[in-house]
Amino acid sequence: MTPRSFEYFSPSSVRQCTSLLKRYGSRAKILAGGMSLIPVMKLRLASPAYLIDINGISGLDSLRQSGGSLRIGAMTRHHELETSRLVRRSAPLLAETASWIGDPQVRNRGTIGGSLAHSDPSGDLGAALLALRGEVRTKSASKERVISADDLFLDTFTSALGGNELLVEVRVPVLKPKSGWSYQKLERKSGDFATVGVATQISLDDGGNCVYAGIGLTAVGPTNVRARKAESALVGRPLDERTIVEAAEAASGDASPTMDPLRGSIEYKREMTKVFCRRGLTLALERAKRR
Amino acid sequence: MPVKVRINGSPYEAKVEPRLLLVDFIRDVAGLTGTHVGCDTSNCGACTVLVDGESVKSCTIFTVQADGAKVETVEGLSKDGKLHPVQKAFRENHGLQCGFCTPGMMMQASWLLREQPNPTEAEIRVGLSGNLCRCTGYVNIVKSVQQAAREMRR
Repeated sequence: MTPRSFEYFSPSSVRQCTSLLKRYGSRAKILAGGMSLIPVMKLRLASPAYLIDINGISGLDSLRQSGGSLRIGAMTRHHELETSRLVRRSAPLLAETASWIGDPQVRNRGTIGGSLAHSDPSGDLGAALLALRGEVRTKSASKERVISADDLFLDTFTSALGGNELLVEVRVPVLKPKSGWSYQKLERKSGDFATVGVATQISLDDGGNCVYAGIGLTAVGPTNVRARKAESALVGRPLDERTIVEAAEAASGDASPTMDPLRGSIEYKREMTKVFCRRGLTLALERAKRR
Repeated sequence: MPVKVRINGSPYEAKVEPRLLLVDFIRDVAGLTGTHVGCDTSNCGACTVLVDGESVKSCTIFTVQADGAKVETVEGLSKDGKLHPVQKAFRENHGLQCGFCTPGMMMQASWLLREQPNPTEAEIRVGLSGNLCRCTGYVNIVKSVQQAAREMRR
């Protein structure tokens, strides 16, 4: 279908953008990659009266390491996350997660900022951000603020961003020594949304004990979900097959899937959360041991 | 809004509504009907073109976003009457049946081979995973891309 008519702006600076957001508020939507928004508009599930295209604002796609953080501009495309040497070295979970999003054409346009702001419970990057305990920086006409991953996803397609806020940057901790990661995605077919997705990030001490566990889930809740019970089952204990199985069991309890006529029953999704959490932790452990 | 888009080297200027999709500009305003509309849901990739060198689904981008951009469509693959190696390879390897997906496949292949000049079969399949074909089962499409890769590396 054709989208409803809208007025289109293409600001060339963040300030121009936040002024427009201040004027039009919730009647406006930001257009970044458009890979979620435009299909939604074509189905007329959303018909914003004003579209603010931020592709023309330079400087929103910078990518750099600063201290212990990787600072990722909101307009960084998924393709860049997937292929950048810097991202693959310092936040390999993001690179691997991005490689599972959509397809190559979608990854050429889709952005990390857009994906996180969209807050699709089936969004892959949200799970990775939770596992990394990352944060986003936002700007409005009057202030800047930082929102941690745990506070970002309020409800289905509802982020903590106010109607006049632009997400400008994502920050994640740089990969520490003796750390491992994995993004596991069960999909019905190539390019599909997840049936279940599991993002894991773990760190070990010299004795092989788990000192950090971040586990984020995709498509098994009203938002991306942090698997806190699974994390608690690991931290402070040796990371081995036994504890991994326990954590995976706990993860299926952290999930709160709803019945999805396309992708599976509640029982199926809970069981697959367990299976893919186990696979993800096993791979993350292997990777941690190699470092 | 006024837009000016360079398609295959030629400028096209028009006044368009912001909601006009790039694929509809290419087909209806520029008259270049080689780019196809397959699914309306951003899945099939039949609408794939290059915008400033990147492959995109032209059904999921507004024309106004491509104002001032350089667009390449299937009509621009051949130069001076000579087939592009990708076109030659699809022809010689029976890489199409009905041909509906083919322009999108070839545009995506041309992007893929720029990014990865020597892809493995697995990398080709991933690289084309945004392009659906209902006819062929993809086997000859992959062979076509492999031949094009060999030729383009020469």
